Amino acid sequence: MTQTALDRWLNTTGAWVLALIWFLPLVYAVWTAVHPGEFATRFALFAPVTVENFVNAWNAAPFARYFLNSFLLVTFILIGQFVLCTLAAYAFARFTFPSSGVLLTLVLLQLLVMPDILIVENYATMRKLGLVDTIAAIGLPYIASGFGIFLLRQTFKSVPKELDEAARVEGAGPLTVLWRVYVPLAKPTYLAYGLVSVSHHWNNFLWPLIVTNSVETRPVTVGLSVFASVDQGIDWSIINAATLMTSGPLLIAFLLFQRQFVQSFMRAGIR
Amino acid sequence: MTRPTFTLRREWIHGWLLLTPALVLLFAFTHLPALSTIWDSFFSTPRGQRAARFVGLRNYETLLADDTFWQVLSNSLWYAAVTIPVSVGLALLMAIWVDGKLSGRSFVRLAYFAPTVLPLIAVANIWMFFYTPGFGLIDQIRGAFGLPEVNWLGNPDLALGSVMVVAIWKEAGFFMIFYLAALQAIPPQLREAAAIEGASRWTFFRRITFPLLMPTTLFVSVNAVINSFRMVDHVFVMTEGGPDNASSLLLFYIYETAFKFWDTAYASTLTVVLLVLLSALALGQFFLLDKRVHYR
Repeated sequence: MTQTALDRWLNTTGAWVLALIWFLPLVYAVWTAVHPGEFATRFALFAPVTVENFVNAWNAAPFARYFLNSFLLVTFILIGQFVLCTLAAYAFARFTFPSSGVLLTLVLLQLLVMPDILIVENYATMRKLGLVDTIAAIGLPYIASGFGIFLLRQTFKSVPKELDEAARVEGAGPLTVLWRVYVPLAKPTYLAYGLVSVSHHWNNFLWPLIVTNSVETRPVTVGLSVFASVDQGIDWSIINAATLMTSGPLLIAFLLFQRQFVQSFMRAGIR
Repeated sequence: MTRPTFTLRREWIHGWLLLTPALVLLFAFTHLPALSTIWDSFFSTPRGQRAARFVGLRNYETLLADDTFWQVLSNSLWYAAVTIPVSVGLALLMAIWVDGKLSGRSFVRLAYFAPTVLPLIAVANIWMFFYTPGFGLIDQIRGAFGLPEVNWLGNPDLALGSVMVVAIWKEAGFFMIFYLAALQAIPPQLREAAAIEGASRWTFFRRITFPLLMPTTLFVSVNAVINSFRMVDHVFVMTEGGPDNASSLLLFYIYETAFKFWDTAYASTLTVVLLVLLSALALGQFFLLDKRVHYR
């Protein structure tokens, strides 16, 4: 178990080299985005810094609308997931009823068959419902999340039964007990799941691309792809500025809450 | 005796009622679509006035004779065979590094994890710039060593590999988190005991750490399998499956078939292949690895 100086040096160097490689794409994007176009491929230590690329990108496409759409989308999904997954998880964790085992298996199957894969049929369903090109259509397939139900079920199961029984003796109904006992105790799980869910749906691309076709509904990821492909005379500085803007909110949140972010992913992973 | 039965019945009803909203959506957007995908694969695509009609195994015959399908399938299998072990292996290495004593550990951790929070569609833009022949960062570095320009995304032999690199870069940091969580759950007493016994670091890793990480490896690798067939965003930006389908993946081909060529029946047939493949891989992995997983 002794760690020699050489050993430690090798490990530190390896870890740092890999970290720099991993960070390089971001550094490069920031470099091109804050310098004039001609410095995109040429490094000059004292190249003039500019915000013009961001201004140009912002004016070249309706990014304000895209951001609003993404914001509405993740809010809608998050609220829907919290409500539905909480109810379902509560049922699985604390109620005994016939076929609960089969139903739980059906829920967990969604971890394998994600809605992302069933694009053909889900698009047909949305057409039948008349929901194509709405924000609801982007979010609906993800609301009954198998992962969310499973995660909350595990948390609820760890709540001491005595607390539940004490509340019942006081005459509280099942929903009151859920709201007063289980939900407050599961706050860390909600935070963890919320972060995972928000970052996942902010970043999601394929399904929103398929089900939206107008500026009023497109989230930022789809907006960015439209922007980057329409522009034939590729101006990398502007595209990189747009790219950073798209990732901006999550990236800033990540830098500010790095510790909580990583820990919540970890907590979500343990269970 | 009537009272217990009554409360039991009430409990059943409560349980089902609580589940109903989630189950309705789950059936509407996962289970029923999965079943109707199979059903639709036996019908023709409805076009204009002509409704879909039963064609039996015709779509599957088309599939067997479709050269593009075979190429896309082989691309997808290669993609999985390379990206899964490499990203999981890197994740383990990263986790061990940032779990131990390391100067600048929080920066290193941040660097590894950052790609996870960025949209793949956005980072693909950055990578596309790296790959640009002549201009791009990779060619500039090669140029400094006097190496010729390479068209990374335009060369059929290199396009799939270039796409894989981006996937590995995106995934490794995410899987690292799960390994890191597992490493931190290993009791420090084990390490102390091994130190007293005089076990080398490698022996400790091979005999204690690695076996204890098996449940995490199972979890991570099942996730990696699912992701490798689900993630296609970077293909959209960087290659659009080209050149000549050299970098097309199964889900991308499904998208093209359904939403560019509007052949929904054939797209359903392709989806069935994807579903079968995913279930087989995930189940196989589960049973194969499960035997070697030592649960705590």
